[in-house]
Amino acid sequence: MIEKTLKGKPAYWIWLAFLGMFMAVGIACYARQYLFGLGLTGMSRDVSWGLYISQFTFLVGVAAGGVMLVLPYYIHDYKAFGKITILGEFLAIAAIVMCLLFIMADLGQPLRALNVMLHPTPNSMLFWDMIVLNGYLFLNILCGWVILTAERKQVHPPKWIYPLVYLSIPFAVSIHTVTAMLYCGLPGRHFWLSAIIAPRFLASAFAAGPALIVIACLILKRVANFDAGKEAMNKLVTIIMYAALLNTFFVLLEVFVGYYSNIPGHKYSIQYLFFGLEHNGHVYNNLVPFMWTAVVLNFGALGLFAWPYARKKNEFLLGLSCVMIFGALWIDKGLGFVFAGFVPNPLHEITEYIPTANELGVTLGIWATGFFVLTLLYKIAVGVEHEVE
Amino acid sequence: MDKQRRNFLKIAGVAALAGIGAPALVRLSSSAALAAEHGAAVGEATAEAAHGAVAEAASQGVRLGMVIDMRRFSEQPELLDNAIVACNDAHNVPQFDNRKSEIKWIWKAPFENVFPYESSYHLAKKVKDADFAVLCNHCDDPPCVRACPTKATFKLEKNGIVAMDYHRCIGCRFCMAACPYGARSFNWEDPRPYIAKYNKDFPSRMRGVVEKCNFCSERLALGQEPACVEACQGTGAMVFGDLNDAQSEIRQLLDKEFAIQRNAALGTKPSVFYIV
Repeated sequence: MIEKTLKGKPAYWIWLAFLGMFMAVGIACYARQYLFGLGLTGMSRDVSWGLYISQFTFLVGVAAGGVMLVLPYYIHDYKAFGKITILGEFLAIAAIVMCLLFIMADLGQPLRALNVMLHPTPNSMLFWDMIVLNGYLFLNILCGWVILTAERKQVHPPKWIYPLVYLSIPFAVSIHTVTAMLYCGLPGRHFWLSAIIAPRFLASAFAAGPALIVIACLILKRVANFDAGKEAMNKLVTIIMYAALLNTFFVLLEVFVGYYSNIPGHKYSIQYLFFGLEHNGHVYNNLVPFMWTAVVLNFGALGLFAWPYARKKNEFLLGLSCVMIFGALWIDKGLGFVFAGFVPNPLHEITEYIPTANELGVTLGIWATGFFVLTLLYKIAVGVEHEVE
Repeated sequence: MDKQRRNFLKIAGVAALAGIGAPALVRLSSSAALAAEHGAAVGEATAEAAHGAVAEAASQGVRLGMVIDMRRFSEQPELLDNAIVACNDAHNVPQFDNRKSEIKWIWKAPFENVFPYESSYHLAKKVKDADFAVLCNHCDDPPCVRACPTKATFKLEKNGIVAMDYHRCIGCRFCMAACPYGARSFNWEDPRPYIAKYNKDFPSRMRGVVEKCNFCSERLALGQEPACVEACQGTGAMVFGDLNDAQSEIRQLLDKEFAIQRNAALGTKPSVFYIV
């Protein structure tokens, strides 16, 4: 099936070259960082995780989001998802590739990464994250490939694959739960020390992942003559809408707990995110414009989803609302959640984080790599689909 | 490793330690544990012990701790500067001129920063104006050790010191997020050009690894006190010893004076105490 990636229209090659350009920039920037050290990033003693770990956190969600297709199709036998479930599985693969690259980019001593396996440490959540992420990656590659091969040959998939498909469902939940546990089990970080982090992560994941799939379907319909079907799209939008609503609800609960309890530690980070934090006469508010943009995008998208015309009749508005919700969730989890957890630091000093150009280059490079992988995988999936037809 | 060889190594290790470490350790009263630390520094045989894999040592129940007596530091403000310089010199702590890259083992901060969860409302002037020493708390239940995915940071069961293996650290900085006391620093770039005076007796670090105060494990092994404690010698500003030994100087002091720990509510059981 890999040969399908080698034949395509000019637009396909131009798109791959476009991504390849960013990948090259990313490699160059990473080489600089590798030779100098993480000092080339905007991270500091106080904000010791930056864009790399925040992108990792967000993308784990995108990967987990694929389960919103796998679960209805395989557990509830929801036939309308038959054509696009493979898109969910392949999206998970591309997202996890990005996650692993972001982790590697973030390590101070990347050549020692295997120490995590050579000295397994079950009390560390990072150890478990390594296990579930690699497990989920493996399951998706295997299940996706076997089922697609069967479809191509017009036969039923082998029976042994089903237990693995079912296993991939709790794995999807576990990757984001364990990623939440990286944060919510740390005693000194109030903003993260909340039992709702894992459910909140899952809710936003189940909106962000399917939103990206809807966007991909709308694009594939135009460029690859691949129609996911109206029913499948409608159902996806329903899933996105409810997941995004739940996420909004969870975030508002955090705001309530912080401000009603009036405990300073519970308020600082929220204050910093949405209004800016005053300290020794200086107001620190780097993230405020981003967070309010996220609020507008979030409620704007929810409004569009609630409007039947936009949801069902107008593909431009449908795509727009998905881009908006994806953007809102990316700002919420892919920027604000991680950065604000470090403000203020344990000594109640404030250091703000601003990524450097080199760091942005690496970040863009990894995103481009992910979309490169995604494009190749979707090319295969759509190619098989056309062959069968 | 078969059992006989393991036993032999244990006996050999203990014998070696008794010979090397013991004589100089009269004052610290916890000589056995401190001497054991020396073993870890010299012999490969105890490398496993250094990673906390050997439980026997715990039965000795030594827990090293420190009392920082701010009454003494207020009398002689230069004392803390001396202690900080002594530490930086002993451990090749690089001096960066920007806050972003800085590496700190022991440093100064005001009360409201060191104790953000204690009230600073109408704080006594002498406390408000004082500079407090901040260093790793060597917690009895350290969150950084729980978080580390490679056991590159670990608690020495024989004396409670939270130690680091700079050669195992992968630089994921999970420990920095986990530490509720801001005690850990990361080498964002090669620290060596920023070491003013190189001390050949202690390794410098490479970029990409985390580091912090080690309670001068290397000096304890030689029967010396921590560098900062030594810099305050004779003043009683810093008292170091075994928190589990009722006869130790540190326990006598704690039994007599009221002391506080940083953010004790988190359950980390810090081993550094402050008499304000």
